[in-house]
Amino acid sequence: MPRDFLKGASDEYDVIVIGSGLAGLTVANVLGRAGHSVLLLEQHYKLGGMATWFKRPGGHIFDVSLHGFPYGMIKSCRRYWSQEIADSIVPLKGIRFENPMFSLTTTYNREDFTKLLTSQFKIAPEKVAEFFDTARGMNFYDDQSMTTGELFNKFFPGREDVHRLLMEPIVYANGSTLEDPAITYGIVFSNFMSKGVYTFEGGTDLLIQLMQKELKKNGVDIRIRCDVEKINVEDDRVQSVTVNGRTIKAKSVISNANLNATIFRLLGEETLDKQFVEEARAVRLNNSSTQVYMALNPGETVDESLGDLFFTSTAEEFKTDLLLSRDVTSRTYSIYYPRTRPEGRPRTLIVSSTNAHYKDWAPLSDEQYEASKQDLIKTTLDHLDRYVPNIRERLAHVEASTPRTFQHYTQHVAGASFGTKFEGLAVSRALPDQVKGLYHAGSVGIIMSGWLGAINYGVIVANDVDALLMKQVGAATQPVN
Amino acid sequence: MTPADIRDEILDILEDIAPDEDLGELKDEVAFREQLELDSMDFLDIVMELRKRHRVQVPEEDYGELASMHSTVTYLTPLMKDLQKA
Ligand SMILES: Cc1cc2nc3c(=O)[nH]c(=O)nc-3n(C[C@H](O)[C@H](O)[C@H](O)COP(=O)(O)OP(=O)(O)OC[C@H]3O[C@@H](n4cnc5c(N)ncnc54)[C@H](O)[C@@H]3O)c2cc1C
Repeated sequence: MPRDFLKGASDEYDVIVIGSGLAGLTVANVLGRAGHSVLLLEQHYKLGGMATWFKRPGGHIFDVSLHGFPYGMIKSCRRYWSQEIADSIVPLKGIRFENPMFSLTTTYNREDFTKLLTSQFKIAPEKVAEFFDTARGMNFYDDQSMTTGELFNKFFPGREDVHRLLMEPIVYANGSTLEDPAITYGIVFSNFMSKGVYTFEGGTDLLIQLMQKELKKNGVDIRIRCDVEKINVEDDRVQSVTVNGRTIKAKSVISNANLNATIFRLLGEETLDKQFVEEARAVRLNNSSTQVYMALNPGETVDESLGDLFFTSTAEEFKTDLLLSRDVTSRTYSIYYPRTRPEGRPRTLIVSSTNAHYKDWAPLSDEQYEASKQDLIKTTLDHLDRYVPNIRERLAHVEASTPRTFQHYTQHVAGASFGTKFEGLAVSRALPDQVKGLYHAGSVGIIMSGWLGAINYGVIVANDVDALLMKQVGAATQPVN
Repeated sequence: MTPADIRDEILDILEDIAPDEDLGELKDEVAFREQLELDSMDFLDIVMELRKRHRVQVPEEDYGELASMHSTVTYLTPLMKDLQKA
């Protein structure tokens, strides 16, 4: 008989959270801490969603999405998780760029960027200051008609090299393009520029382990291998979910699954307004990724001048669609020195990431798929060899992932790594107007994606749910203090 | 709670949210954001704390009322006047 992963689970909770990505984990933690009974359901055997890692023989641990996040993570982790988690967040030391237009190393903050833009790129200091202030003053509810490309052209007309410096890292951080609304760029760029790029010392495995400990402390009932099939609605109100052959009731359900999958697969359009369905259907998904994971032989390392994050490109021009093509011209390397896991065995790992389209990988036959993966590995090693000589002899392990891999593990439609384009945010926020008690929390709208965006969006939705649950208890209850 | 009690309570919440800020110098008529390094998540925290401590609901369309200490206290006074001081 198959194992019952819901053994001992109740028939009813205040809250059910579908999916344990960073947004789902955070919703569950905040609501559990507020005293609500919470059931967290994850279809995979691990918590974390895209915030994940995998181990390979020889003590190598690969992080999939731990390349860097803004300083704001410290505050969010301290408030909504624990001091212990916040204390492990440390700055990256060097961010390096290498392309036909320029080569430089930076700490990636406003101060250093101002220095680079004025000295190396010869831009007037007032222009630089004005650009930074404009970007920092942007709000998500501002006018969206200006695109990022237009923003760059307004401040730095014809300076493709400057556009590249400003944009390339953000394309990697969230898949946005020059055609997306400038506000999405401004918000994300300013978050990074305030204090530079940070990482989690100890690795994703430690983070998720600490989060799990916190969830347990706050009484959250965590269940893995629980693939939710259906969200059940009656009289415009959410009633329950169907999972592993059981129906479990809840006053509120929060889906951390892909927005599109939540609406069209878990919910179904019957219960929804036509116009909402149309808007939901029009939401564009963000791109996916390919990665090549390389572990150096035990005892081997590379010089730290390689940087922690290394943006490389061989393209003469800067075009965001080139960054997405399968004909890879641009790669970002994350270098994990032994200091990444001070408690672990001293290992050096390198992960190469490129943005990619699911449609380029989906139709391949098994044979073609395998060959394409091998080709991805080969071209990556050829490229890296320029910076890490004899890389092939120094490797203990190498493998690749593709948009199909991401789709497989997280059930994200089209393996979308960074959620949806901007319009997804409004649809996600409007879901509770369609079905009372039902919310979506997860990467949407570019600004709510990434580790920090997902955590913060989880908090925003937890606040809504907490307000709803309090209202349901009724005004009769007395204040607590 | 009197307006003065509400002010104290908001100060107490702000101390948790921005432990590194000196709140002694806070000017009630000037926007928080012009004096303190607060972002939109910080304002959300104020809302969540108010609900947790006093079961006071501040709907999203009213978040703008929390711009300064003065506007916050003015907004909260009718909502909190019947509550007991902790
Ligand atoms: C290659 C790559 C590199 C990245 N690099 C960075 C980076 O350097 N910095 C950064 O900040 N961000 C990075 N990101 C983005 C970041 O990882 C994500 O934005 C974030 O982790 C998404 O969190 P989420 O809460 O939206 O959900 P997800 O992580 O997408 O999790 C959703 C969860 O829901 C589960 N689920 C789905 N359907 C069901 C169902 N029906 N029943 C039960 N469970 C279900 C899934 O299994 C999954 O666990 C990267 C992403 C990728 C793919």
